Amino acid sequence: MTDIAGPSLKRRPSALLLIPAALVAAGMLLPMVYLLARALEADAATLVDIVFRERNLRLLSNTLLLTLSVLALTTLIALPFAWLVTRSDLKFRKFHAIMGVLPLAVPGYVMAYALMGLSGYYGFANHYFGIRLPRPEGLSGSAIALSLYTFPYLFLNLRASMLGLDPSLEESARSLGRTPWQTFVSVVLPNIRPALLSGWLVIALYVLGDFGVIALMRYEVFSYAIFTQYSGAFDRVYAAWLSLMLMAVTLSFVLIDARLRGQRYARVGKGTARPAVPVALGRATPLAWLFVLLVYATSLGLPLVVIIFWMGQTDTVVDLMEVAGAFYRTTAVALPAAAIATALALPVVYLTVRFPSRASSALDRLVYLGYSVPPLAFALSMAFFALRAAPFLYQSLPLLLFAYAMTFLALAIGPIRSRLLQIGPRYEEVSRSLGHSGFASFMLTTFPLLRRSLVSGGLLVFIMVVKELPITFLLAPIGYSTLSTAVFSRTSEGMMVEAAPYALAIVLFASLFVGLILRHEGQR
Amino acid sequence: MKKFLAGCVALALSMPAAALAEELVIYSGRGESLVAPIIAQFEADTGIKANVRYAGTSELATLLQEEGGQSPADVFWAQDGGSLGAIAPLFADLPAEVNEGVAPAFRNVNNKWAPTSGRSRTLVYSTERVADADMPASITDLTNEKYKGRVAWAPTNGSFQAFVTAFRVAHGDDAAKTWLEGMIANDAKVYRNNGTQIEAIANGEVDFGLVNNYYLGRYIARDDKFPVAQTHFQAGDIGNLLNVAGAGIVAASDNQETARKFIDYLLSTTAQQYITLQGNEYPVVPGIIGNATLEPFAKLQEISPKIDIDQISDLEGTLALLREVGLL
Repeated sequence: MTDIAGPSLKRRPSALLLIPAALVAAGMLLPMVYLLARALEADAATLVDIVFRERNLRLLSNTLLLTLSVLALTTLIALPFAWLVTRSDLKFRKFHAIMGVLPLAVPGYVMAYALMGLSGYYGFANHYFGIRLPRPEGLSGSAIALSLYTFPYLFLNLRASMLGLDPSLEESARSLGRTPWQTFVSVVLPNIRPALLSGWLVIALYVLGDFGVIALMRYEVFSYAIFTQYSGAFDRVYAAWLSLMLMAVTLSFVLIDARLRGQRYARVGKGTARPAVPVALGRATPLAWLFVLLVYATSLGLPLVVIIFWMGQTDTVVDLMEVAGAFYRTTAVALPAAAIATALALPVVYLTVRFPSRASSALDRLVYLGYSVPPLAFALSMAFFALRAAPFLYQSLPLLLFAYAMTFLALAIGPIRSRLLQIGPRYEEVSRSLGHSGFASFMLTTFPLLRRSLVSGGLLVFIMVVKELPITFLLAPIGYSTLSTAVFSRTSEGMMVEAAPYALAIVLFASLFVGLILRHEGQR
Repeated sequence: MKKFLAGCVALALSMPAAALAEELVIYSGRGESLVAPIIAQFEADTGIKANVRYAGTSELATLLQEEGGQSPADVFWAQDGGSLGAIAPLFADLPAEVNEGVAPAFRNVNNKWAPTSGRSRTLVYSTERVADADMPASITDLTNEKYKGRVAWAPTNGSFQAFVTAFRVAHGDDAAKTWLEGMIANDAKVYRNNGTQIEAIANGEVDFGLVNNYYLGRYIARDDKFPVAQTHFQAGDIGNLLNVAGAGIVAASDNQETARKFIDYLLSTTAQQYITLQGNEYPVVPGIIGNATLEPFAKLQEISPKIDIDQISDLEGTLALLREVGLL
């Protein structure tokens, strides 16, 4: 099992890396093979009818428009926020850092309802002030709702990157007469590019796959059309084609990202970086506070108020034991799924970073493609293969965990890769030159440095599993209900109010773990 | 140690008993919050253990198609007739006597599935902005200039699609297409489902909506000043279509006897009364006390169009039409 290349710098990846990598590749290829198989069921005439429809063009342009709007909005929120938290003298920076990540805990449809809840007859604007605001919908409504709970992905990346950035670069720029703004543009911005890109990629892929928000905001994009085909039409063939088109869009995003990603970001100087000297905000302080408070009010205040408002509407007694049971069952799948995803992400990242090759970058892209397979299609493909290859695994916990780990693997990869890029290969090279095996060198030098990013990657997966719906529906062992299925089973019969305690439990539960990410990430 | 051994013996003895106990796997597209109590009652009354997978009707229908002959499900309980029709090839034939007591309006002639409750298409409207004189007599009136931009609909919704199929059966494909295009030209607003249309009316976005009868009751029950009411079109109008929720036995099941007991139970007075009162729906068997908030079933039968439930199975054609006019 040891790597016998010894101190030589030219090495080949060991089986310890290749076996998990092969497992990941297989897991990611399954849904694609499935979709292709379904797509090819179409006869030529239907095919022409389906693929060359004018409507597909509209779906494409709507999808791109929404993605770009969300990227712009999240950047407008996350970039100043990250700068304030890492570079300014704003008070309570640690608190802000946590608050900036908490919105991740809000499920998409709750955020959409929150925005809609402001407006209309049911809205608290009407309930408390007697004003009926127009309902947010379409492109603007979807973009705002999505941005309000996905910006933390970008914030997390930017914050980590700014914290890891050597402040002496900025100090040199300042000492040469640049203003803080010029310093930011000419020094900070180029250096945080990888963080911007990986944050954007995750958000873009999330937007492509989201259904909860766009369905409520009534904006027609690919994911909406795909769901409609499965649900209204029971048309697995057209749905497969739409899914493949969506994945082509994803692939183009991933390729653009790879083109834009630079080469080297590890520190080259000696010793360790000092913490940055904070920039005094001075008269801009109230403005900074206004900004962060506005972000909190919209991204956290709104959804909480809506859930609590719903809870106030009901006189049914909440069965706490039932909520606790759902709570337990959610953790019992989310924790192992996160652990598996992280354990598989590590060898994939290590391969792509340390052994760059065509094969390793193909694997990397495959992982992002897997992330963009619509969850319903992903679940169906798992059913398809499990029933044919291993019927005893069908609707069992192991298969459910594998499906979760595969769908959300890309989320665990981001933080681990950013960190591994910053660490650089030198420590391991030194260790190997001292006679340690490749694996031992990794465990002795790089692994301890990676540990925090492993935890944050795992927690991102954990939070997504807690909120996940279609895969849980179809692949969980029978009778296994989680917090999110409990919410659905109430909202599907129009009982929004009865769903509120479970929705609140999801938000609180996920927040708890978001807090944990921060504890692990923030101690640098 | 003795205790441990005794435990083992007890466990060993109980094993065969557990294996003999009847179990049933149900895929339920109806929400857990509504049907869990009645399923629990079924377990208590029959001693059969029911394992239920709750999910969206459409997700489950797709899953059943994917599972084919290997499905672990014994029974599929669906929210709407469209998915029952789509899954019909995967259902086993029900013995004719199952459906014998069922009101003819809801019956599936091929005995592929049993109806479990009835619902009717209705017109919901704003009590704040719609005067009596503004009421359309027929659903086809909604294409008039008077209703421009004021009507909500949900073209992706299964119940709406069943209605379009019925429209095609009653008036022909061309008339259906003309109506759909008329609605689009009249700026009908697209919503995702029934509930969102009702909320949209309350919110002042639109004045009318085309929905199933059992949604409004949930809003009124919470708020008696809710500014939405529902009515029907004139007698015989296609807009008053009757539809069903129902359940069938999966052909792949090796547990058909037990599955049959469950279907029978759903048609029992206990279950029917529960669904009628808790779900705001119509019972499918006689002898049930109707839901006071709904129009009486006798009246409903009188005003609903004379369309056979089984005639509205051509979902394919409807989807093709909806795609053609650009709604899907």
